[in-house]
Amino acid sequence: MAGIRIENARIINPDTSRDEVGVLCIDGERIVSEDSLKSADTIIDANGKWVCPGVVDLCAYMSKPGQDFKASFANEAKAAVASGITSIACPPDIHPLIDNPAAVELILRTAADTGNVKIFPIGALTEGLAGERLAEMYTLKQAGCIAVSNATKPLLNNEIFRRTLEYAASTDLTVFYAPEDPWLKNNGTVNEGEISTRLGLPPVPHTAETVAVSTALLLMEQTGAKIHLTSLSTARSVDMVRKAKAEGLPVSAGVDICHLFLTDMDVDNYHANCHLVPPLRGLEDKNALWTGVLDGTIDVVCSTHQPISLDAKAVPFTSTPPGASTIEMFLPLFLDFLSKNKVNPVSGLGMVTRNAARIINRPLGSLSPGSIADVIIFDPDISWVADISKLTSNGKSTPFANWQLQGKVSHTIIDGVLVYQID
Amino acid sequence: MTANTIQLDNQGRLKHFLSIEGLDKTILNDILDYAESFAGVSGRAVKKVPLLRGKTVINLFFEPSTRTSTTFELAAKRLSADLLNLNMATSSTTKGESLLDTLQTLEAMHSDMFIVRHANSGAAHFIAEHVGPHISVINAGDGQHAHPTQAMLDMFTIRRHKPDFDNLKVAIVGDILHSRVARSDIHALKALGVNDVRVVGPKTLMPANIERLGVTVYDNLGEGLDNVDVAIMLRLQKERMISANIPSEREYFQRYGLTFDRLRVARPDVIVMHPGPINRGIEIDSSVADSKQSVILQQVSHGIAVRMAVMAMTMGNNPGDNS
Repeated sequence: MAGIRIENARIINPDTSRDEVGVLCIDGERIVSEDSLKSADTIIDANGKWVCPGVVDLCAYMSKPGQDFKASFANEAKAAVASGITSIACPPDIHPLIDNPAAVELILRTAADTGNVKIFPIGALTEGLAGERLAEMYTLKQAGCIAVSNATKPLLNNEIFRRTLEYAASTDLTVFYAPEDPWLKNNGTVNEGEISTRLGLPPVPHTAETVAVSTALLLMEQTGAKIHLTSLSTARSVDMVRKAKAEGLPVSAGVDICHLFLTDMDVDNYHANCHLVPPLRGLEDKNALWTGVLDGTIDVVCSTHQPISLDAKAVPFTSTPPGASTIEMFLPLFLDFLSKNKVNPVSGLGMVTRNAARIINRPLGSLSPGSIADVIIFDPDISWVADISKLTSNGKSTPFANWQLQGKVSHTIIDGVLVYQID
Repeated sequence: MTANTIQLDNQGRLKHFLSIEGLDKTILNDILDYAESFAGVSGRAVKKVPLLRGKTVINLFFEPSTRTSTTFELAAKRLSADLLNLNMATSSTTKGESLLDTLQTLEAMHSDMFIVRHANSGAAHFIAEHVGPHISVINAGDGQHAHPTQAMLDMFTIRRHKPDFDNLKVAIVGDILHSRVARSDIHALKALGVNDVRVVGPKTLMPANIERLGVTVYDNLGEGLDNVDVAIMLRLQKERMISANIPSEREYFQRYGLTFDRLRVARPDVIVMHPGPINRGIEIDSSVADSKQSVILQQVSHGIAVRMAVMAMTMGNNPGDNS
């Protein structure tokens, strides 16, 4: 197998805190030390660029709502690898719904055949995501699911929630839980507050999330299950998770990139690209999410990319599907977040690489010799504008349209194979 | 794009009429003054002025309405416009045609104005953003967001009885949560200089942070009506009371229904308003609705003059043109 030698790069390995200019060598599908690579048939001069582990995104949808996974996967995978994302955990609420081994197989085979990005399917927590009966979690795990989740679909009641947690714990599967109480949400679409009142849009109170977080934490304590709270949006949730972690509960939590940059003010004038689940909250919530990310209460940041067409968003606000196309803007936005907070990339990038890999229990997210060679080269000097007509994703609906972004991925290597190179 | 960059043209004149929020006192007074000039038209033997002759106005009602659609119809006819009433509940949108495709089809018929009622908040705003530049859009009620012509006819009615807005005390009573009328009335009253605007109702019918719109919140009707000049009673939207908003109509009437007894704490010359249709015995007692303090029927007839003014202004006519 061919070897790759990347020279003159700023090597950023958050796993070992290595941050220095040097050489990174890849032999076969693994990273190796410089002296153990006998010959390289690809030599990349990465002068002025950064080399880091590929991004592990714990939530991205690879198809439009209602569209077949297979029909759109290749294109979304292309968008992902060109943006430095090498692994994606795929939620179960897609077509086909991931509640049976055949669906898992179809997804894994499609991914293996068409894209280079690694797909980690998350199985359904309940049959058909209907929230009523346990899904065959053990079968799903054997088929290749790395966690279970009911996505954003509600559970019938807390008794079912308790039993699913107990069964997942006995199956050694982490439960990805989107904390949202469906009754308190009551078909709401935007954060409850001045904006929802002014715009006359159905509101989602903070308690729709905080009640669900508190229930999840209490049931975790009772059942011994491992829960990953997929995307927090409120200050109180961050506080509760911080406290639970201090008490030793093995909870982890994520936040969506949109929630680090936007608030409900951005929904003003019925901006449908800001119709998200969970809804964008107030400024004080955004600030608390920042603090939570910086102090480690929040473990990971995800794209929660959803390819939604412009047509689907071209209806009055409440009729629009929630979600936004974010995968191509994700890494520059995340690095901008780090830079705004004066966090060195070597300390910050662990959140979207090693931390995420740990939550799905996969040996990814490191540049140390022996690690799997999922590697990206990032050019921090490229300035670009998020022009929706130039996005690769089929989803053109994004709140970041026309944002000025700094830095772009120039090379992506997955399992030691160079799968993307900038034009 | 803010509501105003879309509502106003580059000279600051009304192009669409979507929301009161963001419009200043001058424009609101222009509408009221212009409406005064039309108020006489209805009483004349020939009830027409030729301001919109040759223009095609389309009533696009995606939600049922009687008084709003008919007063818009009368207003259009008195301005000599050609009017088309489309009942969108039975149209091609129910056959799966998208709203944008429907709009383009109607635009292709060389229409000049869409009067839109829609169950979704923001629908009129959305339509205004997507129509061609020669079309004006008037919001005839969108979800729980705005009903700006209703607010203007309310202001017109108040001004006829109590022109000194600065010193008015106005209470809006009932289902504030679901009411687009309440939101538009609040914006209009505040813009016209009313300091003391109150909203009265149980917490279950009060939207979050409503006080940020500059109103005081009361859950006790007696306190809310204390010394007010104007009481605006809202219709209890029974069709929207899907969840646990009120225990029963009977208990609602007991706590928030307007009776003469309740009205005694208000100013002796208080006027009682209601956007209609009234639920007698639920939000208002019949004897109050039919009393001389009630201006409910005046509101209806003022609706025609106010809608004539708004339609004429958005089509480029200005107050003073037809004096």
